[in-house]
Amino acid sequence: MQGMMTVFYKELADHFNSWRGIILFITVLLVSIFATIGPSGALENIRAQLETPVQYGAGQYAFLYLFTTSGEDLPSFLWFITRFLVPIVGIVLGLDAINGEKNSGTLSRLLAQPIYRDAVINGKFLAGVVTIAIMLTTTILIISAIGFNVLGIAPSSEEIARLLLFWGTSILYGAFWLGLAMLFSVYFRPVATSAISSLGIWMFFSFFMSMAARLTANMLAPMSQTPTTPELLKNVGVQITASRFSPIMLFGEASTVLLAPGERTAAEMLQLYHASGARWMPGPLTLGQTLLTIWPHLATIGGLTALLFAISYIRFMREEIRST
Amino acid sequence: MAKQLVVQTVNLTKNYDKTTVVDRLNLRIEEGDIFGFLGPNGAGKTTTILMLLGLTEPTSGTAHIYGYNSTREPLKVKRITGYVPERVGFYDDLTASYNLAYTARLNGLPEELVIKRVGESLDIVGLSPVAEQRVGEFSRGMKQRLAIADILVKTPKVAILDEPTSGIDPEGIVQMLDMIAEIAKERNMTIIMCSHQLYQVQRICNRVGMLVNGKLVIEGLLDQLGREALGGGRVRIEIKLAKTTSKLVDCVKRIKGVVSVERSGDLLLITCQDDLRAKIAKAIVDANGLLIEMKIQKYALEDIYRKYFREA
Ligand SMILES: Nc1ncnc2c1ncn2[C@@H]1O[C@H](COP(=O)(O)OP(=O)(O)OP(=O)(O)O)[C@@H](O)[C@H]1O
Ligand SMILES: [Mg+2]
Repeated sequence: MQGMMTVFYKELADHFNSWRGIILFITVLLVSIFATIGPSGALENIRAQLETPVQYGAGQYAFLYLFTTSGEDLPSFLWFITRFLVPIVGIVLGLDAINGEKNSGTLSRLLAQPIYRDAVINGKFLAGVVTIAIMLTTTILIISAIGFNVLGIAPSSEEIARLLLFWGTSILYGAFWLGLAMLFSVYFRPVATSAISSLGIWMFFSFFMSMAARLTANMLAPMSQTPTTPELLKNVGVQITASRFSPIMLFGEASTVLLAPGERTAAEMLQLYHASGARWMPGPLTLGQTLLTIWPHLATIGGLTALLFAISYIRFMREEIRST
Repeated sequence: MAKQLVVQTVNLTKNYDKTTVVDRLNLRIEEGDIFGFLGPNGAGKTTTILMLLGLTEPTSGTAHIYGYNSTREPLKVKRITGYVPERVGFYDDLTASYNLAYTARLNGLPEELVIKRVGESLDIVGLSPVAEQRVGEFSRGMKQRLAIADILVKTPKVAILDEPTSGIDPEGIVQMLDMIAEIAKERNMTIIMCSHQLYQVQRICNRVGMLVNGKLVIEGLLDQLGREALGGGRVRIEIKLAKTTSKLVDCVKRIKGVVSVERSGDLLLITCQDDLRAKIAKAIVDANGLLIEMKIQKYALEDIYRKYFREA
């Protein structure tokens, strides 16, 4: 335990004292703030829409719009976080966790000290997660402050609860990418190889997953030239199931349900359709309904992270550590 | 009085795939020993060390340090063992003292002791002036010395040094080894040292073991080995004269028991069957020669090494 905490404190300090950490932090902050207040960013859009409150269900979740509204040419904060910022931060913090120390010859010295091997991997993982948490906290607080000052809106208690849940979910999501990067850093000796491997997986999920899901769906549930409604629904159903293999999709759905309770993801609409045959949009989900909806998503991301971690463990615990 | 056994391996064996790298090794190293672990490249020295530290698992056999099993109780072993790996590395972006403080904390030293211990250790290896400098700016030799300080921070009972002198200039090697020998003596630390510098090993080690192809071909106290290896022992005496003349050389040659005399500059290298220092000194003085210095080397480790390396 003491060994793990020592590794944790050192790694945490490293993350915030190294150029790598500082640049990451600045990138996250700048991108997030720009998405919110940049020219034709979220803020402008929200201001325009708040003036016509009818459209937005009387501005019930006005504060949350700050995080989910996209601007004219800029995607929303949530889009950046989902697709880009959290995966990159997780990957960059973990990509040379173990092989970096092998290459610099410090791992031999480290493991010759009276600590268990898992103290190294746990301490590093925890330091990465806390770093991600600190970055996300700062970012969310800054955006909230902007919203509060510029728009003059304060969050309701439900909105605060939703933001907290979103915060926790994003940390879990970051832990997944960190775990992925650390796994490769255990398996591959050259840092370039481990970096490319995690980035490749990120790129696949980020850019090609929807295409892959569509191909899978067209194969498993082919549609005729003029598809009937059941055909269409089946196809979309397979597409959604397939794309749920992507952690990006899982997090995207969960965070949309959390931060935009009035909106519906395609998956939800399909579910509702099957459940009630309803074609109209029901009102926003309550907090309880939201939790029920996102619970499987969270469990899956958490399970995937645990799996990645377990694989790293098994490899690392018995590995021979040579300094050359 | 029997000394305590510090390192003991019983039929320690390591295979990689089908090749045997360490072959049924039986090592015994006693408290206070400075053990020179010799052998050509690829002999299996580093692999043996890794097994001693629990950094790799033996294929069969056991290794114990102070009675603790290296594979099953690695933490207990690591608590009392310091290790300088073959290509020692530090965190280049951090300062020397931060690097050492990390080691101290990993060893559970209380915070008030960390700074004190780090300062002392840097002082002993002469790195105090650069304590707050990034290790990335250090030369190879400085890093090697920092590695010794890294061990001092821990104050272990046993220190395992895998080629601690590689990449250091000749002057530095002498300093480094003297420092190691002094520390070992002062703190009653047992040292295991891999090295290819035979002359240097001979200066500080009292016991050597030689590994060839994973097998221990020779092991024992240096004195004993020398006598055995060189058949009753020939002695080499090195003298320095104020002025070397052929007359002096001749009169040394005439002494009974002298096998050969070589001249190299001011030095005379005399090989003889016994320690004839007294007789040689007298002969020179009688011949009006001025004796400045006289050194004796009972045998050369190099000779032993060659002999067994050839046989193996
Ligand atoms: N992971 C490995 N897989 C297969 N063979 C290995 C592995 N590691 C080392 N070896 C082999 O084991 C042998 C012994 O290596 P070791 O590093 O113990 O030698 P050494 O005595 O320390 O040599 P040196 O003086 O060069 O440091 C070498 O022939 C090496 O090729
Ligand atoms: Mg070696």
